Parts: sequence; structure tokens; C-alpha cells
Amino acid sequence: MAFLEIDGLYKSFGQTDVLKGIDLVVEEGDFLVLVGPSGCGKSTLLNTIAGLESVTKGEIRIAGERVNELKPSERDIAMVFQSYALYPNMSVAKNLAFGLEMRGVPKDERDRAIQEVAEMLQIEKLLNRRPGQLSGGQRQRVAMGRALVRKPQVFLFDEPLSNLDAKLRVDMRMEIKRLHATLGTTIVYVTHDQIEAMTLASTIAILKDGVLQQFGSPEDVYNNPSNLFVADFMGSPAMNLVPAEVQKQDGAIGVALKQRSNGALFLPVREGVADQLGDWVGRTITFGIRPEAVTDPDAADQKEGQLVEATCRAEMVEPTGADTYVVTHLGGKEFTARLRANSPIEEDGHVKLAFNMTRSVFFDPQDGTRIA
Amino acid sequence: MSTATEGPQLGSGSVFGRAILYAVLIVFAVYYLLPLVIMLLNSVKPLDEIRSGNLIAPPQHWTLQPWLSAWSEAQVGVQATGLKPYFVNSFLMVIPAVTISMVLGAINGYVLTKYRFKGDSIVFGLILFSCFIPFQIVLIPMAKVLGTLGIAGTVPGLVLVHVVYGLGFTTLFFRNYYAAFPTELIRSAQVDGAGFFRIFWRILLPSSGPIIVVTIIWQFTNIWNDFLFGASFSDFDSQPMTVALNNLVSSSTGVKEYNVHFAGAVLAALPTLVVYIVSGRYFVRGLMAGAVKG
Repeated sequence: MAFLEIDGLYKSFGQTDVLKGIDLVVEEGDFLVLVGPSGCGKSTLLNTIAGLESVTKGEIRIAGERVNELKPSERDIAMVFQSYALYPNMSVAKNLAFGLEMRGVPKDERDRAIQEVAEMLQIEKLLNRRPGQLSGGQRQRVAMGRALVRKPQVFLFDEPLSNLDAKLRVDMRMEIKRLHATLGTTIVYVTHDQIEAMTLASTIAILKDGVLQQFGSPEDVYNNPSNLFVADFMGSPAMNLVPAEVQKQDGAIGVALKQRSNGALFLPVREGVADQLGDWVGRTITFGIRPEAVTDPDAADQKEGQLVEATCRAEMVEPTGADTYVVTHLGGKEFTARLRANSPIEEDGHVKLAFNMTRSVFFDPQDGTRIA
Repeated sequence: MSTATEGPQLGSGSVFGRAILYAVLIVFAVYYLLPLVIMLLNSVKPLDEIRSGNLIAPPQHWTLQPWLSAWSEAQVGVQATGLKPYFVNSFLMVIPAVTISMVLGAINGYVLTKYRFKGDSIVFGLILFSCFIPFQIVLIPMAKVLGTLGIAGTVPGLVLVHVVYGLGFTTLFFRNYYAAFPTELIRSAQVDGAGFFRIFWRILLPSSGPIIVVTIIWQFTNIWNDFLFGASFSDFDSQPMTVALNNLVSSSTGVKEYNVHFAGAVLAALPTLVVYIVSGRYFVRGLMAGAVKG
């Protein structure tokens, strides 16, 4: 059964519409990540779920019950804030206990719950300290502990890792994932970091300007973006998105990418796609392919799909250790390919690339909608 | 080495500079302390020594009689009660007035920053405006209000006057302080299930130490030292210290006991001095904390 349902949600601040008709359905135990650039409305959406912001239009249901009119404390949710929001005047133990105390849980039961959560998060030694005496990572743990201790139906996380340094962020990311696996509680998590979204989510919702762009599993969102924005936003390094002309050569439909020197590179598309691109022959579309789908022929996945080999000029080579990124110039833009480390690059700077056309996507350059 | 050769030169220059600095500071310190010293010296002299000698000379016979007299024997108004009952009046007025105006100001600041509503900045502007209304303008309307309420000429009446008048300042202090207080803490407490007053009492107030001290010093000093409201709205049995001191000094009967007047004046100034010394170091800190943002 759908556990958290958001139905045609609108939120306006005065004249500005921040959320424009959001529909979401989250199953119990799901890990939903709301992701998008800053100002896209993801935090506002989270705040409306929490009850900290009122709703202009639409309905939010938790476990089948309409919660629009309920106060945050009545929705059986717990929230972890970006700034942690630990009460500065209370010890860690008191911080953990505050929510339980407000709900009238007796003292011995509170103590037991605190002990349990402190053990789970390994913060037993910090219980008597004040938030001011803790490091960033410790504060983060306490903030999570404060949410965990109440055993709510839904956890809400508002960019919880954005104040941590890079290494700690990766550690805490794993920790959150592990907690979710152990507890199985439904989580709604806001972030602007698409890697965080990919690693944590069981479902991703991508927002832009208050409109839901795509809602699906991380694999789906990554491999099957519904529009140009999603394709560009998800993945690092970003997907190559270049203008290309749809052409018919020797009976095969394909895309022609302008090269810097010798004309255009013709890449025939796979069968299913060819039908959909039929109408576009002679017109320009936006061709998209992820860097890892453009690689050296030996590393290419021979089993999967349709490989097209071509020689391109490597304008820049970026070895990262594990992989080597080769930047070439196609369709008038920089075009990144991901090769194995130590891939052979010829003396004159030319490199042989295999394009995995099975993993290519095509967009309407005008409105960014997906064609195929 | 350049540092070695420059060091001593700089040092000697700074010694000279420092000497001038200290000299100027000492002159000013003496200048400011002189009135207090003269008051203290003359408050422990017998009256005939003041009459015959000059004011600055130290006392030849030390006596505490003027202090005792000012406290409990001197003629204030009609009766020879000393300043004692008026001292008590002042405290009965100051403590509730400071407390009530502070609590209301804190709640105002809380609402104006954390429970924003339409037109809240206009409300704040109007409250702020009350800081700039001169005392004299409100005298007659206030007299009417006190009369209607039936508390004219009483200590509660004076408390009301000072609460109303102090509200603008206390609201300003707390609003600016709470503007810098993270709103996420309030939201977190809401999610945790705390209500309006619980959040105020448990989260906000425990973090308000510096601004409470600022407010106490400000309000205590202003209300304790107020003369106009005290003179306008009190009867003989509800007069505050400042009015009583005036009556003592300007009493037209008998000899002018300057030593008693000096002792009385020091007595009247003592509580504000004590409040300032006890909590003064928080004062500057608190003012700064409120000033950074808001």
C-alpha cells in the first residue's frame, strides 16, 4: 500500500509559486530522495510534509490519513535539519530525550530508549556533553539520534550531510544507508548532491522550478532520463549532450556529429530508436550519451548492444588513476569519453572510441523532451 | 637583523606614547571620579566642618551619623522617616516593572522573529516608535488611565507606567537578539512536539542570558533613576527614592544638612551601581550580540 502520498501539491509564497502540482507516491520502507538545484522547491516540499509549511492546494497523506491540517508533532515524523538544530542549552542526553519528554513518555522508558539509540550510533560517551563541545560528525550523529529515538513512521532529512567535510560525508552516507537497511523506516531525504541521491535512494524525485521532472529508481533516472534537464543533472561527469543532425545513410537512420576537422561522424542508431527518429530526418536533435558508454574498443561491453567504432582527436587527456577521461570535440561541443587507465592514445593524438549506441538518448532541442 | 635594530626604537617610542596615554586616562578618571569622592568625603564629615572648611578637604572627624540620619531619621516631606520607606517603595516598583516589561518584551521578540505574521514589521515599527516618545507627552493621558483604573498614586500604578514605557526598549532588545537565533531550532522543537510557551521557556530563554542582563541593567537603571513619573504619579506613601531625595534636599524647614544630603544621594545611586558592577561585563557583550544581526 502506498504509504506517503502527495497529491497535486501547490505551495505559493505570495505571488510566487514554489511548488506547482507535485504528485508522489512512496511505499512503506522506501528511501525517497528529493534532488534538484537550489531553489527548485525540494526543501519546501519536505517542510510541507513535515507540517512546518502550510499547503496552498493539494493533499498529503501518511499511511492513508490526510495530514494537511495536523501539526508537525501530530504527524508522527522526525526531522534531521541541515544545521542539526541541537538545543544548545541541553546535554546530548537531554536533546535526545526532549521529543519523548514532550510526548509524556515516562523517565525510565526515555532513558532506555536513549541508551539504545546511543549504542546504535556509538555516542554513549557523548551523552553528558553539550552540543557546543561536539565535532561536526558527532553533532550529525546526535541529530540523527534525536530523530531515531522517537521511532516515527517517517524520517525527514534536510540536506543533513552538507555541512560535513568530504570524507565524513561519505562515511555518514554509508551510515544512513545502513540505518535504513536495519530499521526499514520510510525516509524522505533532500539533497542537491546527485551522487548522494544515487547512492542512497530507492526512489529519486528530481525537481526543477517547483515541477517534478522525473520520479523513479536511481537506475531508471540515470539510464532513462525523461528530459534534457534530468539527463544533464544526474551523473558525474555529466552526460555528453550535443547537437546532431538525423540522417539516413545507406538505408540506416543515424545521427551525424560535426567534427572539428573532417566533416561529420555518422553514428547509426539501434533499431527501435530508428522508427521514432524517422520524422526527424534532416533536422537537428540533441544527442546524449554518458561518458562511460564511449570507451576504448577493448573495454567496451561486447555483449551489450550496438557498438560503433570511430577515431576521434583527443584534445585533452585527464588520467584519474582508475580511468582516463579523454575530451574530444563533437557536434561543436566538448565530448567526454571514459577509457581504461593506460588506454592507447596514438602519437598524433587520435584515439579509437567505441560508442555504445544502445545507451544513447535523444531529445528535442527546443523543449528538452525525450524523443527516444 | 632588522627586527633586532627596530625593536628597541619602537619600544622606546611606545613607552613615551604609553606615558602620555596613561596620563590622559588618569586625568579623565580623576575628573569623573571627583564628584563621587567629594560626595563620599562630605557624607562622613560633621556639618560644621562642611560649613567652615572647604568641600575638598578630608574630614577631621569621621562620622557615620549623616548616613544613619539619611537612612532613617531625616525629615522627608512631613515626617522624619529618613529615606528608608522610599527605598523600599523604589524596590517594590523596580522589581515587578523590570520583570514584567522584560517578560513581555521577550515574548514580543519571540513572536516578531519566529512566528512572523502579515504586517509584523509594521507592528515592530510602532513598538519601536514608543522608544522615541518624550516622557512629558504621555503625562496627562497616563494620569487619566491611572485614574480610570483606580491605581493613581500607588506603587502598582507606577509599575504599570514603567512597564508600558519600557516595552519598546525590551521588545527592541529581544527582537534583535532572537533575529540571530536559528529558526531551525524552533522548527525542530515543533517537530519534537513542544508548544509555543514550551519552546519559549525551554529553548529560547535558556539561551537568552546576555540579552536578559542587558535588559535588566537598562530597565533597572532607567526606572530606578526616573524622577518625572515618580513625581507625577505618586502619593506621599508611594514615592520612589528619587522623589524622596528631592524632598529631603529641598526641604525648607530647619538647617540644610549637606552631609545628610550627600549620604542620601549616594544611597540613592547605590543600587544601580551594584547592578552594574555585578552584571556589567555582560552588558557590552550582550549589546554586541544583539547588534551583529537584526
